[in-house]
Amino acid sequence: MIKIGKYILYDMVRNRFVMAYTFFLLLVTLSMFSLDSDPGKSTISLMNIVLLVVPLVSIVFTTIHFYNSYEFMEMLLAQPVHRKTIYFAEYLSVSIALSVAFLSGVALPLCVFNFNESTLYLILIGVMLTFIFVALAFAASVATRDKARAIGIALLFWFYFAIIYDGLVLYIIYTFSDYPMEKVTLSLVSLNPIDLARIVILLKLDVSAMMGYTGAFYQNFFGSGGGIIYSLLIMIVWILLPLLIAHRKFCLKDI
Amino acid sequence: MRLVLFIGFLLLVANLMANTLEVSATSKWKTIRSAISAAAKGDTVRILPGTYREGNLVIQKSITLLGVNYPIVDGENKFELFTIAANHVSVIGIRMINTGVGSINDISAINAIESDDLRVLNNQFENTFFGIHLANSSHTRIEGNVLHSNAQAEHQIGNGIHAWKCDSIRIENNQVSGHRDGIYFEFVTNSVVQHNNSHHNMRYGLHFMFSHNDVYQYNTFKSNGAGVAVMYTKGVTMRHNQFIDNWGSSSYGLLLKDIRDSHITQNRFDKNTIAIYMEGCSRSKFESNTFHENGWAVKVQSNCDGNVFIKNNFLSNTFDMATNGTLVLNTVDANYWDKYRGYDLNKDQIGDVPFHPVNLYSMIIEKMPSSVMLWRSFLVYMLDRSEEVIPSITPEELKDNHPAMRSYPLL
Repeated sequence: MIKIGKYILYDMVRNRFVMAYTFFLLLVTLSMFSLDSDPGKSTISLMNIVLLVVPLVSIVFTTIHFYNSYEFMEMLLAQPVHRKTIYFAEYLSVSIALSVAFLSGVALPLCVFNFNESTLYLILIGVMLTFIFVALAFAASVATRDKARAIGIALLFWFYFAIIYDGLVLYIIYTFSDYPMEKVTLSLVSLNPIDLARIVILLKLDVSAMMGYTGAFYQNFFGSGGGIIYSLLIMIVWILLPLLIAHRKFCLKDI
Repeated sequence: MRLVLFIGFLLLVANLMANTLEVSATSKWKTIRSAISAAAKGDTVRILPGTYREGNLVIQKSITLLGVNYPIVDGENKFELFTIAANHVSVIGIRMINTGVGSINDISAINAIESDDLRVLNNQFENTFFGIHLANSSHTRIEGNVLHSNAQAEHQIGNGIHAWKCDSIRIENNQVSGHRDGIYFEFVTNSVVQHNNSHHNMRYGLHFMFSHNDVYQYNTFKSNGAGVAVMYTKGVTMRHNQFIDNWGSSSYGLLLKDIRDSHITQNRFDKNTIAIYMEGCSRSKFESNTFHENGWAVKVQSNCDGNVFIKNNFLSNTFDMATNGTLVLNTVDANYWDKYRGYDLNKDQIGDVPFHPVNLYSMIIEKMPSSVMLWRSFLVYMLDRSEEVIPSITPEELKDNHPAMRSYPLL
């Protein structure tokens, strides 16, 4: 598995798209910090970019990559190698390549300009989101044979988690606004890794955004060590769930 | 001229006639009580260092109590310390500790009842239930005192400086912490509160009701349980005060309820959940204040009318302004908003397009607090932008027609 992964990783690092992604992130991070004098504010703007761009790039790139390496996988499958090995080698090398791109694009300049607890969370959560959305891309890719359709599914995933889900949550909150919704929203947050990521970072970064009773409730929950562990665990579940479902399907699939 | 000289001479004689009675373990007077009963009008009781446990001391004549190097007067957690029921009394430089605690009586370190021209200067109050309690007393001066208490709950503690039905009092350079309300006024008129520091009190840093025509200036109100709340009053002047770190779901930098014809100018509001919350306020002017890093800078309920916000700085607040309806009877003009995205073609430092300080999401959060979980998400960003282009829910009339391009000088 390590050997296969190494070859895929070599291939990935030389990929022009991954390089462009790195440079894009680097450019965004640097411009954020040179435009705004307040480092806290630029970290918030950067967070918005990370929460939108990282999932989008991860999911779309992985889907395209999966189909592009279809022939390579077929070739490997002709050898005495487990499907499981190929699958996890693919997954790990793609996520590691994208994480490295993210780390060198965002984490490095952040460490130079403004290193504190909140940026540490931003970095950690960027890596987590990369792993989650690569796993979701695998789920989208094994679902169908058609590349265009798979990209469509992948984009739908992104669209759902980035925008549609929030709309639904707003609708639910609006409908049940007469009831105490704190615990309900807490569980709703867990159902979307992007929301979870945003709230964890915001609580570290921008306390004044978390006002009122609900804010205090979140602060109590996520601000404590237990809350952090909880959100990290939920994120790991978000990695494992699509990954294992896709794995099952990949092993049974007629390639 | 002769008359003046004669009067001067008389005054001098009167002054010479005033005696000084010394109290200490080795003096003629061993207790403060004996010295007070021996003192005549105009005398000074000099209290030398030591600890005095004498229960409740009642002062019914015009004398001065002067502490040397802060003698300690201890209430042993049972008694009120000084009850003052005379005019022209001074209490200076005494350390008062451990008064009793009462749920029916307002047990205080200094309790003045119908005392005119009382002076309470440079005293220390530690662990007192009420610190200084004035009732129906006018022309009082309370200056340079330090009041501190360590209560754990609101019902176990009284107010630091408590005034009821007073006129023309002056409260200056005091430090109040750990009490229920730092400074509490009810029916107190024509008074001045300045250069005080009221912080870490259980409830309000400053709390007043029905206290007309008072001036509050150069005070600091920091980290109080619920900030500052003022109610049912007209003619309030507040300037150069600082309202800092009043953090919590029901905590306000400055809560104004039914305040009329007042001036709130040149104050600084830093890191409060809600810097100013207004309910039923009329004809008040808010000028040259700075709002910095608050959750909400100004929350105006729609039952406020005729208020003017002019030349204020709004910097790094989550929400600059919020309201709960579409009716707008207040004026917002020529403020600096760091969120302003407009332009200034003629370079007169006034933005050419109006600024709408109320954003959609602040109104949504106002109605549904739990929707705060979506704050700063992409969806909310889109909602806010579309609302900015075509205002439908936010009050369209609430806008600043002359937003400043540069912030006004910070205070």
